[in-house]
Amino acid sequence: MKGQGIKNFYDKHRPKFEKGGKLHPFQSVFEGFETFLYVPDKTTKKGSHVRDYIDLKRTMIFVVLAVVPTMLFGMYNIGYQHFHAIGEFAQTGFWEVFFYGFLRVLPAIVVSYVVGLGIEFTFAQIKGHEINEGYLVSGILIPLIIPIDTPLWMVAIAVAFSVIIAKEAFGGTGMNIWNPALIARAFLFFAYPAHMSGDSVWIRLGQDADKVVDGFSGATPLGLALTGNIDYNIWDAFWGFIPGSIGETSTFAILLGAAFLIITGIGSWRIMLATVIGALFTGLILNTFAVNPFMEIPFWHHLFLGGFAFGAVFMTTDPVSAAQTTRGKWIYGLLIGVLAIIIRVLNPAYPEGVMLAILLMNTFAPLIDHYVVQGNVRKRLKRAPANV
Amino acid sequence: MSDKESLFSKKNLRLLTDPLGKQNPITVQVLGICSALAVTAQLKPSVVMTLSVMVVLALSNVIVSLLRNTIPNRIRIIVQLVIVASLVILVDQVLKAFMYDVSKQLSVFVGLIITNCIIMGRLEAFALGNKPGPAFLDGIGNAAGYGLILIVVGFFRELLGAGTLWGFQVIPEGLYNFGYVNNGLMVLSPMALITVGIIIWVQRTKNQELVEENK
Repeated sequence: MKGQGIKNFYDKHRPKFEKGGKLHPFQSVFEGFETFLYVPDKTTKKGSHVRDYIDLKRTMIFVVLAVVPTMLFGMYNIGYQHFHAIGEFAQTGFWEVFFYGFLRVLPAIVVSYVVGLGIEFTFAQIKGHEINEGYLVSGILIPLIIPIDTPLWMVAIAVAFSVIIAKEAFGGTGMNIWNPALIARAFLFFAYPAHMSGDSVWIRLGQDADKVVDGFSGATPLGLALTGNIDYNIWDAFWGFIPGSIGETSTFAILLGAAFLIITGIGSWRIMLATVIGALFTGLILNTFAVNPFMEIPFWHHLFLGGFAFGAVFMTTDPVSAAQTTRGKWIYGLLIGVLAIIIRVLNPAYPEGVMLAILLMNTFAPLIDHYVVQGNVRKRLKRAPANV
Repeated sequence: MSDKESLFSKKNLRLLTDPLGKQNPITVQVLGICSALAVTAQLKPSVVMTLSVMVVLALSNVIVSLLRNTIPNRIRIIVQLVIVASLVILVDQVLKAFMYDVSKQLSVFVGLIITNCIIMGRLEAFALGNKPGPAFLDGIGNAAGYGLILIVVGFFRELLGAGTLWGFQVIPEGLYNFGYVNNGLMVLSPMALITVGIIIWVQRTKNQELVEENK
């Protein structure tokens, strides 16, 4: 059998990595690769109450798979926006458009993985624990939530910051309070605001910057809406043919990912639904009391604009930083939706309300869980016989 | 303690050196954090703040130590506050007279030295029970430990946040042409907190005694 060859290779070389072996310092790397290729015979021992064949690695791989449609579309959209900006879209073939974007998105993904996994490997080695796959997901999410024109060194610094400060400092995978991918984006947003907003970062022009067609504007629909200039086609926004962060423009592709996450049971549909309900509710209220054109945007448009869909599907459902209890998930999701739209519409300085709303609710998720659990304990005590 | 003990005995010298390391007021006792966040966006205000705190802490330690046997216990806090407040006003006036621009930058934080927990902490914990000589050294030592962290944080925040040190451009122009950009987050106070956190992390990694047992 073909696969057995590699298995034999592992069995033969395992002793070298065990305690006392010559290559013991690299044990975590060895185990990391072995369990990456084969289903490990160990399952989670503590922390989770339901034991399943599925372990952390499979969960992570499923999320990565769910991101693939929006990533592929994002690559195409980079090319689409580029060739539209220089007025050559009509005479460019589909694959040429796709590869233009592919070649520009790929370096960001490579940088994100090399830096992030490099740091994770180093920490695993120093602290003597296994390599966690937590970064597999963050590593693909980070390049998708930044503008295409973000310099690669900024990506590297943001990744390093998020892995070291937001994750390893708190104890590694599963211990982080905030979503690492969003921390990386928040870091970029506050550290290099000129590269994360405005109208010159969303569309890669490259060497063709002088060929731009008349009337071209590189701003995102939300960026335009802030200036009172509502000019977008909502169906373009739904399919994703608008400028924006690489992977977040196509609500349709994100919905495919959402369906996959819900069917496989990886992502919580309660959180997603609650987030959407929260956003629609807030949007309706803002519509009712609208005093400027931005507040008059039909409430359901917000679901398709900016990072809302991406955040609601891939960021809020991060099992580590989200609320764990069923009732907690509803509260957590609803508040994210409400806050995201409030920040987006009422504070023009922060068009990325979704990011800030999720990070804020990440902070409160343990508190929500605490009160949900305590409430349940009180209810049960009431039901119990009084003499206990 | 014998009366003949010299001011610079080994024991007294430790009053100077301990706060720099394992008794550091900021990283170990976690006192005086507010001003560490507020004034460290640049190196110059950090240094000036350090010197101001040093003057106030050393002198108030000496004065309280001299008065320690005459202050009625029940009103000792208010007496200490009066002493500290007078010294802070003196420092504030000197800064306004001779370093007006820095004084502007530090704004209310010079006045707020009076609320710096390190000062009240040392007065209560040390000056009230020790002689003026050691109290003076303790004041200098703790202010130096406080200042050390301030200056390190100020150094990194100014270097990475503005590309300057002490107001002079240090990051070469060429690097900016390559696309380097100053990190705007370093100028915001959350980054001061994170920088202090990293210093604490490094210190605890090097000095394992500081790590508390997990309960």
